[in-house]
Amino acid sequence: MIDRTNVTAPPENVGPATAFVRGKMLAEQAAPSVSRGPVGWMREHLFPSVPQTILTLVCIYVLYLIVPPIANFMVFDAVWSGTDRTACATEAQGGVQPNGWFGACWAYVGAYMNQFIYGRYPDEEQWRVNIVWLMFFGGLIPLLMPSLPFKRENIAFMVLAFPVITLILLTGGNFDVIGTYLPLAILTVLALAVAYGFARGSQSDPMPGLKATAVIFASLFVIVAVLGIDFGLERVRTDVWGGLLVTMVIAVTGIAASLPIGIALALGRRSDMPIVRFICIVFIEFWRGVPLITVLFMSSVMLPLFLPEGVTFDKLLRALIGVALFSSAYMAEVVRGGLQALPKGQYEGAMALGLNWGQMMRMIILPQALKLVIPGIVNTFIGLFKDTTLVLIIGLFDFLGIIRSSTSDATWATPVQSITGLIFASIIYFIFCFGMSRYSMYMEQRLDTSHRS
Amino acid sequence: MAVTDMGRGVADAPPKVALLNNPKFRSWLFQILLGVAVAYLVYSGWVNMNANLQAAGVASGFGFLGENAGFSVAQSLIDYDQGTSSYGRVYVVGVLNTLIVAVVGIVFATVMGFLLGIARLSNNWIVSRLATSYVEFARNVPLLLQIFIWYFGVLRLLPQPRDSLDFGPLGLLNIRGYFAPKPVWGDGSAFVLYALIAGIVIAIGVSRWSYRRQMATGQRFPSLWVGLGAAVGLPLVVFLALGAPLTWDMPVLGGFRPSGGMTVIPEFIALLVALSTYTAAFIAEIVRAGILGVSKGQSEAAHALGLRQGQNLRLVVIPQALRIIIPPLTSQYLNLTKNSSLAVAIAYPELTSVFAGTALNQTGQAVEIISITMLTYLTFSLLTSAFMNWYNARVALVER
Repeated sequence: MIDRTNVTAPPENVGPATAFVRGKMLAEQAAPSVSRGPVGWMREHLFPSVPQTILTLVCIYVLYLIVPPIANFMVFDAVWSGTDRTACATEAQGGVQPNGWFGACWAYVGAYMNQFIYGRYPDEEQWRVNIVWLMFFGGLIPLLMPSLPFKRENIAFMVLAFPVITLILLTGGNFDVIGTYLPLAILTVLALAVAYGFARGSQSDPMPGLKATAVIFASLFVIVAVLGIDFGLERVRTDVWGGLLVTMVIAVTGIAASLPIGIALALGRRSDMPIVRFICIVFIEFWRGVPLITVLFMSSVMLPLFLPEGVTFDKLLRALIGVALFSSAYMAEVVRGGLQALPKGQYEGAMALGLNWGQMMRMIILPQALKLVIPGIVNTFIGLFKDTTLVLIIGLFDFLGIIRSSTSDATWATPVQSITGLIFASIIYFIFCFGMSRYSMYMEQRLDTSHRS
Repeated sequence: MAVTDMGRGVADAPPKVALLNNPKFRSWLFQILLGVAVAYLVYSGWVNMNANLQAAGVASGFGFLGENAGFSVAQSLIDYDQGTSSYGRVYVVGVLNTLIVAVVGIVFATVMGFLLGIARLSNNWIVSRLATSYVEFARNVPLLLQIFIWYFGVLRLLPQPRDSLDFGPLGLLNIRGYFAPKPVWGDGSAFVLYALIAGIVIAIGVSRWSYRRQMATGQRFPSLWVGLGAAVGLPLVVFLALGAPLTWDMPVLGGFRPSGGMTVIPEFIALLVALSTYTAAFIAEIVRAGILGVSKGQSEAAHALGLRQGQNLRLVVIPQALRIIIPPLTSQYLNLTKNSSLAVAIAYPELTSVFAGTALNQTGQAVEIISITMLTYLTFSLLTSAFMNWYNARVALVER
């Protein structure tokens, strides 16, 4: 065996033959000044070699070319207040700015702000929209913060109360619902009968199933009844809705509809039943294969043809149907990815526990699968939010649509008006989409229970 | 319930279950009900559609494709005449315009996307930050808005035709578009084309031969340079030997618009720039993920085998990264093609704009036209996924 003490710790006094070996351990020294602190950082990250140095200098030059003009346009040369086009026009164009001036006209954005948010929603009724905004953000933000309590109540509010109240507030409520009571009653009886039949067939206690069915249908009755009440609100037709309001209505409806439909389609596509699988595959591949704009054209010109005479949908609703169908196909593929990523043992374990298909999906498979694909789901949401801009092509005035249409107003017509509006729109869309993507990264980290590091 | 079933002896006959709880019966009952419901929906839609069309007095059938369209199209790759061309021809013009913007856009987006993806991984702080900011911005702003920014924002700032930006031999740029020099091939230029084809054939042959030789003997042959020399040099020699039979038709400044040369309309430029810069951001992310997806051990093993950095990239990292990159890359190409339909907002004459837009408004035959348009895009999409399946099967890891 080798005596290791000699190797690691040389004796204090060694003979003259090994005088070139240092006898004492030196104290640690700091790294040379060129490789630490800001200088070291710059040497490592900006100027490590000649080609890299050239690249860095080129990038700095590019920044020099881009940033000052943009900063000048958006901040230093921009016009912040004014009442009409003269504030943002050069003298040659009949305004007050010196010739050759080129800056953003934020005054125009300020003057149109109300339209950008509400569209042509009547001024005296805008408090209704404000309440909806308040409910939306007031319900959503606590829901998104994992540390806050009352998640169950919060979800119940957002899923049940919020849509009904919003629908009544935005449209005015007082719908003609008399015709829906009878079909709903028939459905209730049928559903109760089926629930009872299943319970009898498996010789179990029929009461829990009957109770659940009864609760669901009772709440449906309540919702229908509430929609029929006259609250004395003035009716506001959807063709005067506009701006951020329409963008949000389309995005939120699309998101809310696409998630459940998408999950159903994904489960159908993975099902053992051939007819179900076939229908789901055709549905998904069809919508994914065509551009959204043709879907919107279809829902705006072809959908009315498929309906019986006399039944009409308004334009907004038609666009909503198109967007919901389209995005649920994408959502289905995302969810299917999660379902496929789960190991087979999860299914087998669930079945071994004696869970039926519904319980297995609800308690074992979907929670894991959905957690796996949160980034994909949020990406689909971001895509959907960006795609809402397409409705302007079929003549709805969403946020981008109202900004485009405001440029035809002569009060503010200047060469910089169009670009100012578009830049404003990009900033708003960027904030929403970037925020969503950051939130999904945060959730992904929080929910990551795997042991990769 | 499962618990009561377990209580019965193994020797007993299987317990009698109600028909409704027999899984097989239940599954078929459910499927038949669903099938009937879907069939009913389709049928009633069909009946309603016929009734509605009859009530509105709209003609049906595909006869309109032969009728005279009678509107002008701003850009056409084939002969198109406002007076005599039919709706069928409008369709072909639209499809070709979609394809040209998609193909050119795919080339630009790929080059830009790969550069950006590599730049994001750079150790150079400023390079990776610039690339990241660009990618974040481009991905989080709607494409339609970006098209508008290019079309209504940037291109509208270009000068009037008489003050055109003059790029000398590269042509003119003004608010009416880009006026490029047009090549005019003289006599015998067909031989240059033949020489090019011959050169490419030689290059492929040389590379195959050198590969086989290297596999058999281990000797290397500079097939890349020889092949490049054949593919570029041969046509060049023929071209010069024929006395350079090529002249350029240069655009000339005129009063209303420049004359001569080739015109690239501003709608095309705006759409092309917006589509390729937008898609490039997505491709950059795919490339980055692909390169990061090749584990570090692969490079270390390659270095340990004595491969140089270039060989490591070419022989070890890139082939494995491509396996990860190509499937999502193809779907980005497909997205770009589908997104070209947004051109309808700035009236670039592609399929959706001229066919599902103008032609639909003139004929009113919504059902036929929307179906044809959707089927066209669906065909692109199915072809792409067929390619993807073939590729995936080809490169799939053969696990042992």
